[in-house]
Amino acid sequence: MKLNLKIWRQENATAPGGIHTYELDDVSEDMSFLEMLDVLNEQLNAEGEEPIAFDSDCREGICGQCSLMIDGEAHGPEVTTTCQLHMRSFRDGDSITIEPWRADAFPIVKDLVVDRSAFDRIIQQGGYISVNTGAAPDAHATPVPKDKANRAFDVATCIGCGACVAACPNGSASLFLGAKITHLGELPQGQAERDTRVVNMIGQHDAEGFGGCTNIGECTAACPKEIPLDVISRLNWDLHAALRHGK
Amino acid sequence: MTTRPALVKGSRAVRSTIALKMLMAVSGLIFVGYVLAHMYGNLKAFSGQEAFNDYAHHLRELGEPLLPHEGFLWIARVVLLLSLFVHVFCAIALWRRAGRARTTKYVVKKNKHSSFSSHWMRWGGITLLLFIIWHLLNFTVGRINVNTGETGDAAGDPYTLMVQSFEVPWLTVIYLLAMVALALHLHHGTWSAAQTLGLTNNATSRRNAKAIGTILAVVVAGGFSLVPIFVLAGVID
Repeated sequence: MKLNLKIWRQENATAPGGIHTYELDDVSEDMSFLEMLDVLNEQLNAEGEEPIAFDSDCREGICGQCSLMIDGEAHGPEVTTTCQLHMRSFRDGDSITIEPWRADAFPIVKDLVVDRSAFDRIIQQGGYISVNTGAAPDAHATPVPKDKANRAFDVATCIGCGACVAACPNGSASLFLGAKITHLGELPQGQAERDTRVVNMIGQHDAEGFGGCTNIGECTAACPKEIPLDVISRLNWDLHAALRHGK
Repeated sequence: MTTRPALVKGSRAVRSTIALKMLMAVSGLIFVGYVLAHMYGNLKAFSGQEAFNDYAHHLRELGEPLLPHEGFLWIARVVLLLSLFVHVFCAIALWRRAGRARTTKYVVKKNKHSSFSSHWMRWGGITLLLFIIWHLLNFTVGRINVNTGETGDAAGDPYTLMVQSFEVPWLTVIYLLAMVALALHLHHGTWSAAQTLGLTNNATSRRNAKAIGTILAVVVAGGFSLVPIFVLAGVID
């Protein structure tokens, strides 16, 4: 198939960027979206033009490295990551606009690459549990109810790709925060640090410049891991508890 | 590279954006309770002039002799004014934050998974604020009778002022448009408040909260709209 690509190019973090148009021919519908960009980059290389910078790593939908706002939708039209999006979701002759995640907390490094270390700092503020290292404890030493284990596991599938922030009109990272808070808060191991976790993580979230949540639900629709909106309720509930406990 | 914020120390729950949201949720729920009571009072118009004016008069005597004359009314007014201040203050703070969170806009951005009402919260809120100011001038503070041009006590008793106001078609249109804004605000606001207060921790409670929002929007905005429509139709006169 033949595509008309409108891609955001930006030399570096401070240079002004803009949309550039590229024509790409002979795109197979079996290509992934990133493979399609690889082909475009080879073409650009052959023409002596600077290839387009974009993020990717595992290319199997589990690492959270790839991003891209494709025609106004985070990770494109399917509920999956950009690397698992295939060109069969598009049609011959389509015009596709590709932009980086846009949030001031995710500054652009180059072209379509953004710096998501704000998420790392949020995790540093409480996205962990403190345990003594040493011999592994017996598997049945800490009983976990099945439904809680299931929920913790479901929300632990959050790969921190940032699609929630990219899709949110307020640029809020509440779905990401909620996923982490719920993941650890559902488990007995997460209880000791539950209050400080939510307070410190939201404190970092706010300091990074993410917006506030208005519960409109664009985040959960864009999430490649289908994290449900109720994790934000859990986040709010935990902050409520922390308030009551004077944290 | 621009400098990035370091790890924040000494975060407090009360200083978070979620605390602002909670203030909005609680003050919003106070308004929900108020509009329900207000709508009930308005429907007294269907019982005729005497019943309506009696109701208005009784509001001033509510709680006597424990409370002074108009005591209950003033408590309600102070609570509502404080709620309004908190609600608007938090909304402005969060709106400004959202603006700063994405200073470069997308060239193409689709928002097809969120409701129309959720996108109208801020502008709809401003619409409601302007309406409330006019509404208070119309029926409480100035008591402006648009029909006769009289103000204050000369504008007539509560029932007369109401009927003569809604006999003016353009004024009725303004009130009905304000009810559309109110319906949209309640539709998203009710569910959003439940979520902000942490009451929607699973898919069922989320669905219920959204259903309550829809029901409240229809009942309140519909209930308020009945009186002006029936005045314009000549049923109430």
